[in-house]
Amino acid sequence: MRRSVAASVDKVAGPPAAFPKPPDRYRTFTALVSWAAPASLILIVAVLILQARPAITRFGLNFLIGTEWNPVTLNFGALPAIFGTVVTSAIAIAIALPVGIAVAVVLAEPGARGIRAAMGIGIELLAAIPSVVYGIWALYVLAPWALLHLEIPITEHLGFIGFLSGPPGQSSLFTASLVLAIMILPTLTAVSRDVIRAVPRGLRESTVALGATWWETVWHVILPAARAGIFGATILAVGRALAETIAVTMVIGNRFEIPHSIFSPAYTLASVIANEFNEATGDIYPAALVELGLVLILVTLTVNVVALLLVRSAQARVTI
Amino acid sequence: MIQPMAHIGRPELRTMPGAAPAKFQVDSLSFFYGKTQALKDITFQIPEKRITAIIGPSGCGKTTLLRVFNRMYDLVPDARAKGSVVLDGEDILTTTKLLLLRQKVGMVFQRPSPFPMSIRDNVAFAPRLLGWKSTKISEIVQQSLERAALWDEVSDRLDAPATSLSGGQQQRLVIARCLAVSPDVILMDEPCSALDPVATLKIEDLMVQLAHDYTIVIVTHNMQQAARVSDFTAFMLMNTDHRYGELIEFAPTADLFNQPQDSRTEAYITGRFG
Repeated sequence: MRRSVAASVDKVAGPPAAFPKPPDRYRTFTALVSWAAPASLILIVAVLILQARPAITRFGLNFLIGTEWNPVTLNFGALPAIFGTVVTSAIAIAIALPVGIAVAVVLAEPGARGIRAAMGIGIELLAAIPSVVYGIWALYVLAPWALLHLEIPITEHLGFIGFLSGPPGQSSLFTASLVLAIMILPTLTAVSRDVIRAVPRGLRESTVALGATWWETVWHVILPAARAGIFGATILAVGRALAETIAVTMVIGNRFEIPHSIFSPAYTLASVIANEFNEATGDIYPAALVELGLVLILVTLTVNVVALLLVRSAQARVTI
Repeated sequence: MIQPMAHIGRPELRTMPGAAPAKFQVDSLSFFYGKTQALKDITFQIPEKRITAIIGPSGCGKTTLLRVFNRMYDLVPDARAKGSVVLDGEDILTTTKLLLLRQKVGMVFQRPSPFPMSIRDNVAFAPRLLGWKSTKISEIVQQSLERAALWDEVSDRLDAPATSLSGGQQQRLVIARCLAVSPDVILMDEPCSALDPVATLKIEDLMVQLAHDYTIVIVTHNMQQAARVSDFTAFMLMNTDHRYGELIEFAPTADLFNQPQDSRTEAYITGRFG
C-alpha cells in the first residue's frame, strides 16, 4: 500500500538530483589531510617490507614458525617472540579487565560524586607515567614483591598445573604481564567509565524501578548496554599492551624460547627489536629485526580485526 | 478553553475521593534536594483503582512527588523526604523493604526505555530476578503483553530486539514489563510526551483499561490528557517566594476543570500561565 504511493510520487517528481558540489579549497584540504593517515600506514608498511626483504626472501613463512634466534648462524624464527607478545597481553587483559570495569562502575555511580574527581584524576595520572619509569619500578619493587607473594605461593600450591609450575623467578612472563596490566588500567578504566556514564539514565532508573538490586542493575542492564564501548576500551588497551616495549624489556627476562611456565623468562617482539637493533650488523640480522616489526603490526592488525568481528556478532546476538 | 467533560473518560467514577478507598495517604510531605526545598506540606489521598493525574507548570515538583511513591529519589544523593506517605498501612518513607515496594509500585518513564535485549527477555526480566519458574514466566510474558495491548503485534517475534519496536510499542512494552511482577500501582511520568498522537491515544486507552485493576498515577503537562483519562486531578504550582512546589487543589477531574475552587487553578487551566 505505502510502497505504491511512494512509487507514484517518484514517477511524478523523479529521483532527487544530487547537489552540485562547488569547487572548494576547504574540502580539498580536509580530504588531503584525512588521506594522510591511511597513506602513512601504507608507507610505513612499505618501508618495513623493503628493509626486511633479505630476511623475507631467505626465510619465507618459516620465519613465523621458526623457534631459533641465532645471530651467529644467521638463523631466525619469530615464534617465541610472537608467543611472548600475545601471551603477556592476554594475561595483562585478564588481570586488568575485571579491575578496570569494577572501578569504572563505581566511578560512574550517580552517588560517587565525591570520589569521582579524586579517583578519576588518580587513574588518569597513571597513564602519564613514562613507561621506562614503570620499568624501573617493576624491576625494583613489583618483581620482588610478586615473587614473594604471588609466584612462590602459586608455584607451591598450583605447581602441578603445567603452565603454573616453577621455578619462580623475578624476571618472567608473569611479571611483565603484571606491569602491562597496571599500564593499561587507566585507558581501560577511563574509557569504560565514560561509556558506562553514557548509558541512558532511564535504563538505570527503569531497572531500579522494577525492584532490581544495585548489583542486578549493573550486571544485567548497565554492563550489557555498555558492552560495545567496553569492548572498544579493551581493544585500545590490547593495542597498548601488544606494542609496549621498554617496561616489558626490563622485566621479562629476555630469553628467546617458548617458556613452559608463565613464571619463566621469555621475550616479546618489541623487546627483541629494542634490545638487539643497536648491535645488529650485516644484511640478514637487521632485516630479521625489521621483519619482527612487520609481524608485530600483523599481530596488532589481526587482533583488531578479530575484535571487530566479535563486536559485530555480539551486536547481532541479543540476550540478557 | 476546556470543554465540559462529563462525557469523557469514566464519569461514573468521578465522585469525591472518599468514595474510593485511599491507596496512598500523603500527609504533610516535604521534600529536599540537599538544602533546596522542592515540595512543601503536601497532603492528599490517592484513591485505589482510579487514575490520578498530577498537573502543573514545569518545575512545580510533579515528577519529584511521583518519585516519592516508589522511593526513586533514593538514587539521588542528598535527597530526603519528611512527613509520611502510607501505602497499605506502611509508611514508605521509612520502609526498608525497598525492593518489595518497587515490585508493588511500578513506574513508566517519559522516554521509552527498553532494555538492550529481546522483547521476551524485557518482560521476563523482573520475574527472572525473582527466581520464578520458567514455565510460569512464559505464561506471565504472554499475559503481561496481552494486558499491555501489545501481544497481537509482537507474538510472532518475541525474540526480536526490543529496540526494533516503534516508540509507542516500546512504551507499551515498558508497561508490560511493569505488569509482569503484578504491581498494585503504576506510576507514569509523562508517558506520552515522546509519542505521536496515535500512539498517545493507544496508551490512554490502555490506561483506562488498566485502571480496572491497578491504581494509576500519571504526571502530565498536557491538560487535555489529564481531562481525557483521569478520574482525579491534583494541581501543583511553584511558590514564587520560596520556590518550592505546593499542592493547590485536588478534586475529581470534572470538578477541577469545570469549577476550580482556587483562582490559580482557574488561571492555569484557562491557559493564562504555565
